[in-house]
Amino acid sequence: MAIVISKEKVRADLTTEVQKISGIDIRSCLQCKKCSNGCPVTGLTKVHPSDIIRGLQLNERDKLFNCDLVWMCASCETCFERCPMKINMAAVMDALRIIAVRNNASRQKGNVALFNKLFLRTVRMFGRTYDIGMIAAYKLGTSSYLQDTDKFPMMLLKGKIALTPSFKADKKYTNRIFARNQDRINS
Amino acid sequence: MKYAYYPGCSADSTARDQYMSVNEVALALNIELIELKGWTCCGSTPAHHTDKNLSIALPAANLLMAKKTGFDMVVFCAACYNRMKVANHEIQTSPEIRREIAATLGEDYDGSVKVRHFVEVLLKDIGAKKLQDAFSHSLDGLKVASYYGCLLVRPHDITQFDDPENPVLIDNLVTIMGGESVDWPNKVECCGGGFALSRTDIVIELSDSILNMAKVSGAQCMAVACPMCQINLDMRQNDINKTKNRDYNLPVVYITQLLGLCLGVSPKKLGMDKSVVSPKPIIELVKTAE
Repeated sequence: MAIVISKEKVRADLTTEVQKISGIDIRSCLQCKKCSNGCPVTGLTKVHPSDIIRGLQLNERDKLFNCDLVWMCASCETCFERCPMKINMAAVMDALRIIAVRNNASRQKGNVALFNKLFLRTVRMFGRTYDIGMIAAYKLGTSSYLQDTDKFPMMLLKGKIALTPSFKADKKYTNRIFARNQDRINS
Repeated sequence: MKYAYYPGCSADSTARDQYMSVNEVALALNIELIELKGWTCCGSTPAHHTDKNLSIALPAANLLMAKKTGFDMVVFCAACYNRMKVANHEIQTSPEIRREIAATLGEDYDGSVKVRHFVEVLLKDIGAKKLQDAFSHSLDGLKVASYYGCLLVRPHDITQFDDPENPVLIDNLVTIMGGESVDWPNKVECCGGGFALSRTDIVIELSDSILNMAKVSGAQCMAVACPMCQINLDMRQNDINKTKNRDYNLPVVYITQLLGLCLGVSPKKLGMDKSVVSPKPIIELVKTAE
């Protein structure tokens, strides 16, 4: 079966945007599917890494925004390591997530975007992460109050999680970094 | 030997045991780890999920601090190690990114600080011979599954840690300590990493297959070099046992905790009471094997 790809489709916006953010030329993909075969979450997802590249080549904007893999990718980079064309698939996934958040695309299970936002918020506040603050805010935001409640007393008792944030960070650079990236981070 | 030491955020919290054991091992081997004063978060996965400049500037700030000390930077956390290496790589290979980061930090950084994992320091700077001479105890044939996870070994072009499909550095340490490093295929499989909180379901699936293979391979424990791998594989065993009807009870320890035991450091000083699955059988075995 012949697949006709029109020039408009190849040059269409989402693909250009992904290429601009990631710096990756997705046209070099051979569809060999080594990325999909090595991906640890392919058994759990409907869309596989090679489908993402194909979708980008065909500019299937809606399909990519709503696909489960974008927020299930664990950034393990097996795809990038094994790609014969050295396509940095992990960077492509980062670009898709950035664009999805910018466009308020559907919130997926687990709300990883919220987790990221809260993680970065503690870094902005303290210069370092603050696990308990972040976990509490995430639970409020996702209404997952009961998940892992059995673990916190045990972790606190063992000293496996810090009760208070660290105030030892020198925020000279982090203050500058967050101030300059304010509009893009939205934390 | 002196190094600038970047412990990473988990050292203050979920990986206190890693922090303690690295310090104890360094102390016993006369490795001077000078903790970077005022170090800040590397941004980890949430930063590269969010913005490229952010994901490079956050580690670069710490690299800049390290540059001012004049020493190589030593890292233990695999995620921090990876982000530091990526930042160096991006800054070295793209003048445009270097300029952007300089504008963000208010100071230019050239990407030149050498980033070393503590395991690399032990094997390459100290060496097998010196390590063996320093050991007072042995692992006495303990079967260990050495586990590397993702971020140390991938992408190889950038991290340059070890072979990306079959790394052996942790295995070598196990052998030097008199342990038996088991031959198993899941050394570089992903445990679910940063999904510990947001997608526990994924962590359970991925960690289950790793634990299963370690068990099938006859391992009596797993040795890791990443705080996220440690907490996922250790703390989730109970959940996996319940949801997937398994009976795992496999200690998952930091390689530095095993080294500490062989150097005669007390388990308490190595934070071995903090693991969820008790490493007591290992401690007993090493205690009797001088």
